[in-house]
Amino acid sequence: MNAISPDITFDLADTALRELNAALHAATGESNARRWRVLNPNGRHAVAVGINAPLTVEIEGHVGYYCAGMNAEASVIIHGNAGVGLAENMMSGFVHVRGDASQAAGATGHGGLLVIDGNASARCGISMKGIDIVVKGSVGHMSAFMGQSGSLVVLGDAGEALGDSLYEAKLFVRGSVKSLGADCIEKEMRDEHKVLLAEKLKAAGLEGTVDVAAFKRYGSARQLYNFHVDNASAY
Amino acid sequence: MTAHSNVPRTPPRFSATFDPATLAEIRRAAATGIYDIRGGGTKRKVPHFDDLLFLGASMSRYPLEGYREKCGTEVVLGTRFAKKPITLKTPVTIAGMSFGALSAQAKEALGRGATTVGTSTTTGDGGMTPEERGQSQTLVYQYLPSRYGMNPVDLRKADAIEIVIGQGAKPGGGGMLLGQKISDRVAAMRNLPKGIDQRSACRHPDWTGPDDLEIKIEELRELTDWEKPIYVKVGASRPYYDIALAVKAGADVVVLDGMQGGTAATQDVFIENVGIPILAAIRPAVQALQDLGMHRKVQLIVSGGIRSGADVAKALALGADAVAIGTAALVALGDNDPQYEDEYQALGTTAGAYDDWHEGLDPAGITTQDPVLSARLDPVKAGHRLANYLSVMTLEAQTIARACGKSHVHNLEPEDLVALTVEAAAMAGVPLAGTSWIPGRTGGY
Ligand SMILES: Cc1cc2nc3c(=O)[nH]c(=O)nc-3n(C[C@H](O)[C@H](O)[C@H](O)COP(=O)(O)O)c2cc1C
Repeated sequence: MNAISPDITFDLADTALRELNAALHAATGESNARRWRVLNPNGRHAVAVGINAPLTVEIEGHVGYYCAGMNAEASVIIHGNAGVGLAENMMSGFVHVRGDASQAAGATGHGGLLVIDGNASARCGISMKGIDIVVKGSVGHMSAFMGQSGSLVVLGDAGEALGDSLYEAKLFVRGSVKSLGADCIEKEMRDEHKVLLAEKLKAAGLEGTVDVAAFKRYGSARQLYNFHVDNASAY
Repeated sequence: MTAHSNVPRTPPRFSATFDPATLAEIRRAAATGIYDIRGGGTKRKVPHFDDLLFLGASMSRYPLEGYREKCGTEVVLGTRFAKKPITLKTPVTIAGMSFGALSAQAKEALGRGATTVGTSTTTGDGGMTPEERGQSQTLVYQYLPSRYGMNPVDLRKADAIEIVIGQGAKPGGGGMLLGQKISDRVAAMRNLPKGIDQRSACRHPDWTGPDDLEIKIEELRELTDWEKPIYVKVGASRPYYDIALAVKAGADVVVLDGMQGGTAATQDVFIENVGIPILAAIRPAVQALQDLGMHRKVQLIVSGGIRSGADVAKALALGADAVAIGTAALVALGDNDPQYEDEYQALGTTAGAYDDWHEGLDPAGITTQDPVLSARLDPVKAGHRLANYLSVMTLEAQTIARACGKSHVHNLEPEDLVALTVEAAAMAGVPLAGTSWIPGRTGGY
């Protein structure tokens, strides 16, 4: 590996995934080797997981499960679709999938921004803990299930049981919502929420292209925060 | 005196079915409309290691001399795939118990005690605290459905990763840390507001089923450069299949927790009625490993009601590589200690029976986040007590192993055991004492 090269290319057709991930973990981001390219991912799982430096990684093709899992600081761009658990438990940085994402995109993420150009499947943002997720298409059922904090912005529609058992995550949906999950309610969109939404849209590169007034806000009714027998039927 | 005074009377007689405890529970349920939540493990009697005996050496087998002839106790975990397997000096490990359920002082004490005797301790639901990482030479980091506190920095600091699928006290159940135990620190570690109940999901958020688990394990290995042993923990219910599937998914170590296993807070109905005793689970688990040619290659850690070196020796003789203890370790630290009897009385209970661990009022300062109560536990002294207790368990297991003529505790085998009851004979797959009868030894599991 040429450490001073500004462009490092890994072809997964003839290099083991383990070598790619180990090299990414060894990279500090302080050298010039900040721009990485990955060829022929061919749906491999666990591509570019656990990066811990401000690198930019462009993946040319589709990836399997858990791409960019636990990402910190890096920007990972997927020129294709992503499988289950894209950017799961992301801490910081930026993950951008140009196609669609499967289930549990951004699951349990603590921070950073995940942008999905296409649609996301079920449980997008499940148990999110601070991550921001912007989906340009629609999301499947049970999205933001048990979402703790962070925001989920959906330009399209949301499936059934949006925000079920929600804690403090903020949900913004422009299209229709098939149904709300337990303890999730529509909330007033005040100025502070419009500002927040505009910030997230800007970060996702959508500034000026989308009208924040077209969104509805959903959040927790906070009725299930402390167990009470009268709520038993909601569980 | 009436004319009937010399007619024998029927003394008051309680029903075995509707015994006083059952009646009390019906009244409690009728008054509150909510099920009973508590800590600890199964309280009713189930077939257990007490129902097994060692045969010891005799004419056909000769014993080893105590104090002089070596009887090894070390165990290596994670030899299958991990670049850095773990070596422990004793086969008794400390089970995963969460910071949140336990005070920071208790977690620190567990680390201190375990480190003194050369064994591992385990994080729990709620993440890794600096106290326990600092005091634990070997620390296993749990990967749970809630992922509270999960982060790659701590993941890299861990010596092994334990993917929790279930617990013996509640196979198929999630968890709940009630609001009263959520201090600022616990809340911050879990990214949740203070004072609200924290539900822990019963399924992982980003995978379901054994095929996904295989991919999840691959991800965790890639994340940590294939260095760390990966454990998979299951509650004992269908051990043959669960262990086979965990092995197939690529586990280095499987952890099997029987129904007696403790919990920080679960519904009593769950604790008492779901899952099977560890005695019934070990043989099917070992059989699964043997059928796959993986016994001793994928290590088996068992837990659930382990109290003494005799229990350790019996678990190992049935084929386990190591054991884990939860409740017993807390008792060694000082849980349920009679010195706090007045306070237990004030809580409506008595030392030895206190199990409202979810309420955060523990007089011993162990299952609480209250700063005043938790300050009662001196982590150094409590750690020392735990170390003593772990040493005793190790010595006891060695004593039994030597008596059976074994130069390592892992050489204990089912042939060293007999059962006192037909049930235990069937479950442990060893003959009823004085007979050659192993009930049910015709079919598989
Ligand atoms: C206070 C307490 C907290 C626990 N927390 C967890 C946990 O966070 N994760 C887990 O997998 N098991 C947890 N357990 C279960 C233990 O890891 C272990 O399986 C059990 O305690 C073993 O049985 P024993 O208590 O009879 O030794 C907890 C147990 C106790 C007593």
